[in-house]
Amino acid sequence: MEIILSAAIGVLTASGVYLLLRPRTYQVIIGLSLLSYAVNLFIFSMGRLRVNAPPILDPGGVGDLSRYTDPVPQALVLTAIVIGFAMTALFLVVLLASRGFTGTDHVDGREQRSD
Amino acid sequence: MLSVFILAPFAGSLIAIFFPSDQRGATAWFAGAIALLCFLVAAGLYPFVTSGGVLRYELAWMPELGLNFTLRMDGFAWLFTVLVTAIGVLVVLYARYYMAAEDPVPRFLALFLAFMGSMLGVVLSGNLILLAVFWELTSIVSFLLIGYWHHNAHARDGARMALTMTGMGGLCMLVGLLIMGRIVGSYDLDVVLASGDTIRNHPLYVTMLILILLGALTKSAQFPFHFWLPHAMAAPTPVSAYLHSATMVKAGVFLLVRFWPVMAGTEAWFWIVGLAGLTTLLLGAYFAIFQQDLKGLLAYSTISHLGLITVLLSLGSPLAAVAAVFHIVNHATFKASLFMAAGIIDHETGTRDMRKLGGLIRYMPGTAVLAMVASAAMAGVPLLNGFISKEMFFAEAIETHQANLLDAITPYVATLAGMFAVTYSLRFIHSVFFGQTPSDLPKIPHEPPRWMRAPIEFLVLACLVVGIIPAITIGPFLHTAVVSILGASTPQYSLSVWHGWNLPLIMSCVALLGGVGLYFLMKNYLATSTEGPPVFRLLHGQRIFERVLVTLSWKWARSLEQRLGTRRLQPQMRFLVFVAIVAGALPLLLNRFELPPLLVRGIDPAFALLWAIGIACAVGAAYQAKFHRLVALVLLGGAGLVTCITFVWLSAPDLAVTQLLVEIVTTVLILLGLRWLPKRIEDTQELELLSLRVRLRRLRDFLLAIVAGGGVALIAYTVMTRPMPETIASYFLERAYKEGGGTNVVNVILVDFRGFDTLGEIAVLAIVALTVFALLLRFRPQADSLEAPEQQQVQNAFDDDHPDRAKGDSVAEYLFVPSVIMRWMFPVSGMLAAYLFLRGHDLPGGGFAAGIAMSIGFILQYMSGGTRWVEERLRIHPLRWMGIGIIVAAATGIGSWLFGYPFLTSHAQYVTLPIVGKFPLASAIFFDLGVFSLVVGATVLILIALAHQSIRAPRAHARVLRAGKEAK
Repeated sequence: MEIILSAAIGVLTASGVYLLLRPRTYQVIIGLSLLSYAVNLFIFSMGRLRVNAPPILDPGGVGDLSRYTDPVPQALVLTAIVIGFAMTALFLVVLLASRGFTGTDHVDGREQRSD
Repeated sequence: MLSVFILAPFAGSLIAIFFPSDQRGATAWFAGAIALLCFLVAAGLYPFVTSGGVLRYELAWMPELGLNFTLRMDGFAWLFTVLVTAIGVLVVLYARYYMAAEDPVPRFLALFLAFMGSMLGVVLSGNLILLAVFWELTSIVSFLLIGYWHHNAHARDGARMALTMTGMGGLCMLVGLLIMGRIVGSYDLDVVLASGDTIRNHPLYVTMLILILLGALTKSAQFPFHFWLPHAMAAPTPVSAYLHSATMVKAGVFLLVRFWPVMAGTEAWFWIVGLAGLTTLLLGAYFAIFQQDLKGLLAYSTISHLGLITVLLSLGSPLAAVAAVFHIVNHATFKASLFMAAGIIDHETGTRDMRKLGGLIRYMPGTAVLAMVASAAMAGVPLLNGFISKEMFFAEAIETHQANLLDAITPYVATLAGMFAVTYSLRFIHSVFFGQTPSDLPKIPHEPPRWMRAPIEFLVLACLVVGIIPAITIGPFLHTAVVSILGASTPQYSLSVWHGWNLPLIMSCVALLGGVGLYFLMKNYLATSTEGPPVFRLLHGQRIFERVLVTLSWKWARSLEQRLGTRRLQPQMRFLVFVAIVAGALPLLLNRFELPPLLVRGIDPAFALLWAIGIACAVGAAYQAKFHRLVALVLLGGAGLVTCITFVWLSAPDLAVTQLLVEIVTTVLILLGLRWLPKRIEDTQELELLSLRVRLRRLRDFLLAIVAGGGVALIAYTVMTRPMPETIASYFLERAYKEGGGTNVVNVILVDFRGFDTLGEIAVLAIVALTVFALLLRFRPQADSLEAPEQQQVQNAFDDDHPDRAKGDSVAEYLFVPSVIMRWMFPVSGMLAAYLFLRGHDLPGGGFAAGIAMSIGFILQYMSGGTRWVEERLRIHPLRWMGIGIIVAAATGIGSWLFGYPFLTSHAQYVTLPIVGKFPLASAIFFDLGVFSLVVGATVLILIALAHQSIRAPRAHARVLRAGKEAK
């Protein structure tokens, strides 16, 4: 499991970083989204991978703590998902506004040599 | 009691700013009353202070950092407090008449009070950090005061220079004080003052000394930092009278006296302080002779007198310290009155240029007499207060303190400076009040209003009384102050006018006679010469200062920017990624990172297949983002879904729910945005050969991406295969149910344990939504995106071709069945949101997920019915949702104050409701309700704002077309 997930994180990161370095704003926004998946999975995986572990406490008695999943990375990632959404929204509108003002969707606001 | 000195001026300043600007009298009365109040309180505290007591007032601020709001008043602080408040009262009275009708007096007096408060703060601080805070405040407020006439370029430059110099010094001083606090182990002034030996013997002593002295010497305008003071003369005269007599510049020597017991007496102190002081004393006096501006003369004289005080403090003998404190008081009295007199002359004649003035004694005899007495005190004429402290200075200058050259030349330099002082004092009087009456004065001079002169009369009277009977008048107060500094080592001293024929008196005589002689020798030259002393006038401190500033902040900055900067985003991103890779790899390499063994066991084929799809989606999205945006978006969604399933698989249902819902909203959002993006520019050369450079660039980015991805994967794998250490997770697991009252630990962490973070997070969300809204208000789409989308054009063309169809029918019928279903789904999605919300505390769900579910419900209506259709039927007020959300969340937090708990403490209890049954009701649920409401508002606001562009665009399009026609 670990090897698959870490490979997945790696590919998501690589795709995201590559897109981040591209000249078109749309490429950058897709890249950021991919990168945020990678980061979320990375943070989540810091709590180790647990299949079929209960995430909800037993009200009768908490008992052995190691039975449960690690809630801390989950809480962090939950926050990160929402903030990631806000960031995507803001960036999208900035890129639309920039395109409206400058007439181009190049990240610099003007056309450069093509690449 | 002590807090009055800080509270009253600052509160008064806040009130004074609201006075109407034509209410000169009322504002002055008010400000005067505040200053008088402080003065009276100080006077009332005298009996306590004189018995050797130290008044303390302490308010815990950040006690764990040793930072408390401590005020402390001993005899010396008392003396300064009285000086600051008493001269404050007089200056307010003077300013009442000085300021012109068109000057906004409330602003002036508000700043004045704020300055008085900051200065009192410096004087009374009992904590080193607090001292630095008030110190900076005096710099900032003095900047505003000096630049009060901000329409005047001189005032602006002078203010900026004063701020740059004193602010820079203050910064150095802060570092010095931090070191001092570290050496002593406490920032408390009492502790610091008790550990002189520790400080003097510490290896960091010299560093600390230099840093603190930089603060004190810049503030007190000591050589080579003196040049800001003459330029600060562009301020209104009441400001000069206050800042440059009793307060601002005295803060520097105040600090030297304050730390004198713990820092003085070493060789480093003697050399640095002595050299600066002696140079300042002599140069200041010499430069003062050659000034043509009245206030310029006084400014250089102030510099010189501050140098005198500094020299006294450098000597390290207790007797010299007594003389220094005494001279601080004396200088404040005569210099304040002289500044006021200069202001009256300026006010009544319209000029301050000594070449133009003369013979004014015929027009304003009263002012002339007052100015003469005050400048005699400045020159050190017997029977005036300046004489006594100057005698003490001469006496100390003769004494040998350290056997070196500097100590040996001190008496000669002192006599020479005393001679210069006589010359410039004489010049001040002679050139203004005597000689021929000039004919070209801008105004016909006359005596000022009665009460404008009153402050000067009072101060001059003080000069006289102290000068004739010092032991009875100032004696006890001075003694109280001196004892509080020197403690047991207070020397025997006598404050009397006549000490018999001794060396100091002979030095005084030489200075007096020499000074008079010098003036008459130079009189004719001075009457016509240009501003500034010969030779030195070519060397402008200001010009050097400005050249340095320009070089630093403009030339160097520009050339650095040209060499290292770029406006292009891609190189910056590339650099960022590169640095991130290096920063990530370096610690691993340095700590001999070992690759973990590769474990291929325990692989679930389904999971592997899942991620095979996920990886294909990610790579596909990366490839297609350039060629086909919609495909890229769909592939991105695919990768998102795989992530979502991964969360389910790995026991994180909360994340899965939220991820799924956010995924939907993000996709809708980007779909809405796609419409406004331009068509791709077809690269013509793409079909031919891509140039080598482009290929190389892409290859480099590709390699960077591979390295980044590989590195992250490696780190992730290494961590995942290691055993889990003990973490804070067990803390939350143990307490979530017991103390938070919920079994869903993730939710309890968000709304209870880390509720404050969540509050910050929803605030961010609200800010983003508002920013998006604001950006879109001014959104102007490009001309090529203005037309209706291609699909709609095709559909409309179809309608036009068929006579039985009206235009718009096809658009309306598009996705007819799904849209009916979507309409019906509205209550269901509302229900889903409510369900997610209510179960959140115990089971997966919660305010975030519920809020997004609710906003999906809304946005589905927009998608199915169109913007106009929805808004005819349903008014959503996203701003109100957001407002209510943040208020509810914050109010829940504040609510716990009512029960005496810290902000956002939650309380949990189970209540039984009919039908629903037993139901957990923690106060955190109200917080979650706030989160829910805000998330709904923010998400809907963003989506609707974007959706609205399609309605606005046709209108904008029509406008463009109309404008085009009119142009034809």
